[in-house]
Amino acid sequence: MSPAHDVILKLEDVSKVYAGTVAVKQANFEVRKGAVNVLVGENGAGKSTLMKIIAGVEQPTAGRILLEGEAVSFSSSGDAVARGIGMVFQELNLFGNMTVAENIFATREITNRLGKIDRKAQERRAGEFLDRLEAGIRPDMLVEDLRIGQQQLVEIAKAVSLDAKILIMDEPTSALSAAEVEILFKVIADLKARGVAIVYISHRLEELIRIGDYITVLRDGRITGQEEMKNVDTQWIVRQMIGSDAKDFAKADGHQPGEEIFRAEEICLPRVTGGLAVDHVSLSLRAGEILGIYGLMGAGRSELFDCIMGRHGHASGRIFIAGKLVKERDTTRRIRRGLALIPEDRQREGLVSILSVASNLTLASLSRFVRLFHIRGAAERQAVVRMVRELAIKVADPAQEVSSLSGGNQQKVVIGKALLTGPKVLLMDEPSRGIDVGAKADVFRTMRKLSRDGLGILFATSDLDEVMALSDRIAVMSNGRLTGMFDRAEATEAAIVAASALGHGPGHLAPVHLAPVHGEQR
Amino acid sequence: MTDIPAKAAAPSASGGSALLTLMKLRTFIALIAVLVFFSIAAPNFLSAANLILMAKHVALNAFLAMGMTFVIITGGIDLSVGSIVGLCGMVAGYLVLNGIDLQMGYTVYFNVVEIALITLLVGIAIGAVNGLLITRLNVAPFIATLGVLYVARGFALLSSDGRTFPNLVGKPELGTTGFGFLGAGRLLGLPVSIWILIVVALGAAYLARYTPLGRHIFAVGGNERAARISGVRVNMVKMFVYMFSGFCAAIVGLIISSELMASHPATGESFELNAIAAAVLGGTSMSGGRGTIGGTIVGAFVIGILSDGLVMMGVSSFWQMVIKGLVIIVAVVVDQAQRRLQQRVTLMQMAKAG
Repeated sequence: MSPAHDVILKLEDVSKVYAGTVAVKQANFEVRKGAVNVLVGENGAGKSTLMKIIAGVEQPTAGRILLEGEAVSFSSSGDAVARGIGMVFQELNLFGNMTVAENIFATREITNRLGKIDRKAQERRAGEFLDRLEAGIRPDMLVEDLRIGQQQLVEIAKAVSLDAKILIMDEPTSALSAAEVEILFKVIADLKARGVAIVYISHRLEELIRIGDYITVLRDGRITGQEEMKNVDTQWIVRQMIGSDAKDFAKADGHQPGEEIFRAEEICLPRVTGGLAVDHVSLSLRAGEILGIYGLMGAGRSELFDCIMGRHGHASGRIFIAGKLVKERDTTRRIRRGLALIPEDRQREGLVSILSVASNLTLASLSRFVRLFHIRGAAERQAVVRMVRELAIKVADPAQEVSSLSGGNQQKVVIGKALLTGPKVLLMDEPSRGIDVGAKADVFRTMRKLSRDGLGILFATSDLDEVMALSDRIAVMSNGRLTGMFDRAEATEAAIVAASALGHGPGHLAPVHLAPVHGEQR
Repeated sequence: MTDIPAKAAAPSASGGSALLTLMKLRTFIALIAVLVFFSIAAPNFLSAANLILMAKHVALNAFLAMGMTFVIITGGIDLSVGSIVGLCGMVAGYLVLNGIDLQMGYTVYFNVVEIALITLLVGIAIGAVNGLLITRLNVAPFIATLGVLYVARGFALLSSDGRTFPNLVGKPELGTTGFGFLGAGRLLGLPVSIWILIVVALGAAYLARYTPLGRHIFAVGGNERAARISGVRVNMVKMFVYMFSGFCAAIVGLIISSELMASHPATGESFELNAIAAAVLGGTSMSGGRGTIGGTIVGAFVIGILSDGLVMMGVSSFWQMVIKGLVIIVAVVVDQAQRRLQQRVTLMQMAKAG
């Protein structure tokens, strides 16, 4: 390997065994200074475990860790932090009930001589880190009031504020929009220049190839490849990861969309802080059509879906299914009318994690298996087995708790739950977020199949490739408004990105304006 | 090298699942243990008369604990059940003695069946108040039911100025006789209250397992947001569990005043704590989403038999409290240990499956 960067941390023959499972097998891994060390692998390949070992959260069962040539062992994450190792966790480790500044300085609060927390100083210092992220987050905001993407930025600011020599980032971009990813990359470049070693985990291959200097691939707990990034390409990475050239977006089959199945008119949702989170959005969808909604964080995509599902009593606007006005205002009856949502946040909104796979699958459609008030067990089991087979959910026994599945399989359960309600229109909010390549391909294939069966699909994403590859038409949202609508044939990445930036600063490019300009509120 | 831990783990997997089965059956084992212990230590413990007497005691707590179980599964708590017992007893006693004065020189008297139905409705209505406070006004369950605890107890005391309604035999000419049947009557050799318990328990267990409402109760407790998005009417589910809890408390109020043939306004004080204890002992998780009616009934029996048995042995009531407390703590500690073991066993099975 090239000696261009010094090795700061070295793992030698590290293994980690959980009761019965071997998560990492004799891994030899080097982290280089002033470089981005990329780590990839499918879900469950052992990346997160490996990183937790480096960050002191988990202790290796066997093997040695050498930090700057010296053998070390961390008994807690505090030890690792003290030695200059910081980590941005995949699952957000933030306190929702505290402010952003309090979170950033949690456990190392700035105090005055009497031991009282110096709130002003904390907020000022936190503000410096947040300014670098350009996300419009104020240090005195409560974390629970932030959107997931913004929370992720706070998590990053927290790790950066540690002044670490080694910074581990576990899927830092999974909730970020394109613009925020750019900002993050700038921050990473900045850290690199200061000699920080960055360990970067992500599922997004393009991203890795762009910013990585070294790449390590994990499969089933073993390291299957270690290279300098300039010597490899996507094909190589995928081959190391899954052992074949399999990839990726299911191809369009060229079926023609049918009649209009869904129409939304003038959907508005007031924001708590004033203004509109969803600003007079109107769109229509045909049966068998996939309409991708692209937008940056806070563009109002999720909020639009929430309005359509009737989750906000104070939203206004009209929706039609197959030309008929939907008068029902609550989620329960809208599901019965043929709408179904696959929410963005699987854990918080998609699954009841302590119930079984079967109970989760049928939760939204129980009324279909009921005679009088009795759930017919046989009918329910049949439906569960059918969904498990159709969506290729990997589960030994549907009575297993859903939390024991991998992320991709959990996502399939959420999709299965929506499908069992027999929807006409499917709303998918970031359907491929945080799942591995194989499961992604399954999800995309399912979307294609459903559209062929005549469902209308609205799907929101902040992944440009995804929206380009899967959509029949592409809608772009920005600041709560619909700022662009393209047929696939005429869509270009440049036009979509331009539309998604509208209203976010000076220089209105003014492409297709479908939504009326700010109307009267309420 | 990697093989060694895998091999070492293999034998403990079967040992683990045997231990797990033992732990899952812990409440049953505890029940058998107290039964065996007291039948040796306390004379007359196993006599039919004593067993029936104990069952009647246990039934009272079991009713409350069933209502409490559903409430706790949704992630709530109902502190008001003891007061509802007291108030409902007073309602029944008042109706038997005084009827309802229509203020026009007429007084309406109800027969015993009507009185029982009215009392049950009062219990359900108080449960509905709890539910409305929690769903519509967003009051935390602990606070809402704590408030109702005081209000209901206050009304119970006001209804008689703190006095007991004595001698509820009723008058034959008014058709109010027969109130004692619930508490003292027998069908096929078993007390009526036991029959009612069997019916309500079977109904509740069926509801939990085989109806959408039951499934929804678990979903709401497991993840309220996800339940809402899946179209579960969360507020209706919550209304139901508090109303059912009120219904159970009303049954207890009726049975107690029927047994005593008198209504005392302080009846049922601190019953809510026994009900929570039985539910927890039976494996109901205070954080919601987990629990069974069967477990709760067994839990109620363990607590009831424990206290009756200790009384028969002549153990001081102060020591009884200490022992009851320890049993509850041990139950929860074992419950936690079981969760951890279960996770490990699941992991091992997954590892074996590949």
